[in-house]
Amino acid sequence: MAKNDRGQPGVYRRALLTGLWRENPTFRLLIGMCPPLAVTTAVKPALTMGLSVIFVLVCSNLVVSLMRGLLKPHLRIIMFTLTIATFVTICDLYLKAFQPDMSEILGAYVPLIIVNCLIIFRAEACASKCGLVVSVLDAIGMGSGFTIALCILAGIRELLATGRVFDFQVMPAGFVPWLAMQMPVGAFVTLGLLLGLANIVTGKEPD
Amino acid sequence: MDRLSVLTMGFLSMVLVNNFVFTKFLGTCPYLGVSGRIDSAFGMGLAVTFVTALSGALTWLVDYYVLTPLGLEITRYICYIVVIAGAVQLVELYVRKFFPSLYDAFGIYLPLISTNCVILGICLFLDIWGTNSLLGVVVLSSGVGIGFTVAICIMAGIRENLNLADVPACLRGAPITLITAGLLTLAFMGFAGMIR
Repeated sequence: MAKNDRGQPGVYRRALLTGLWRENPTFRLLIGMCPPLAVTTAVKPALTMGLSVIFVLVCSNLVVSLMRGLLKPHLRIIMFTLTIATFVTICDLYLKAFQPDMSEILGAYVPLIIVNCLIIFRAEACASKCGLVVSVLDAIGMGSGFTIALCILAGIRELLATGRVFDFQVMPAGFVPWLAMQMPVGAFVTLGLLLGLANIVTGKEPD
Repeated sequence: MDRLSVLTMGFLSMVLVNNFVFTKFLGTCPYLGVSGRIDSAFGMGLAVTFVTALSGALTWLVDYYVLTPLGLEITRYICYIVVIAGAVQLVELYVRKFFPSLYDAFGIYLPLISTNCVILGICLFLDIWGTNSLLGVVVLSSGVGIGFTVAICIMAGIRENLNLADVPACLRGAPITLITAGLLTLAFMGFAGMIR
């Protein structure tokens, strides 16, 4: 994606769509792996986490893209992290004020968005090189891909651990909950198997 | 319990029972990335241990003596990041100067230590636990670092053997590493009854 990509209609669409599957941060690029493992015991915290990441990613890509002309090579990482930290603080305060129960569950994982490799990676690989629109579209695409991955993982774990998703009973009454799915081992094994599945699916695809 | 045994218990619980990699999922990126060979895993673990102890102590001091008295808790995350990034820069310069071979082994991961979840994680969790003495902070945060080293070295040892195993093609690389990590967390759950 070059700076003078204006006028090619495919560029915007590609910026938006790469993050969804072809470069899905969780399943394909394997970056930002803490939240997919840590907050996916149920769908609701996973969704909250995903939306927070989308907010931070869009805002930080926007700001980084605006200041990309001023960045000095040796100072850019610290500029990225400071920008991200500012928006994460905003997001954390918002969650504390309006979603106190979610903020309680997510705990330290909201401030840990600051060190999520995904956001720094997008700032470095896309926003510091591309124009405003491409950066924002890229952030939305990547953020959505991340959120979808979180929700798939959380859906599987919540379904198998409690037999319900979003408080709807899904499994029949005789279902014995798999308590292990709520423990760390459930997170690691489910994600590992999903990555294997993603490998099988992409192995069949032409690209 | 006297002070010494409280500290010892805290240290052991950080290394074994509440191991950050296995129970809090922090530091998963280097855990998957650098755990290919046991010597680079060990070097990475030591670097992380040093930086966690250093930045845990520094951020605690900043929080206790600057931010809380001045009522600036709202800027806590930003200050933590600046302190950690500064500490990592110093470690990086030191390693590059005195241990060039170690520096080559870390590759891209040493600069990325500043964005390592373990480091910011321990600073945040120290804040949540309300640790109130500098000695306790240093003991707990070096315990976290040692716990990370233990986890990443076990993993590197297993992965050196995994290279010889016949893994299904779709699970090669990261997936089998994650599944192995899941089984390791099961093993580490055995320590849960050890303290309290």
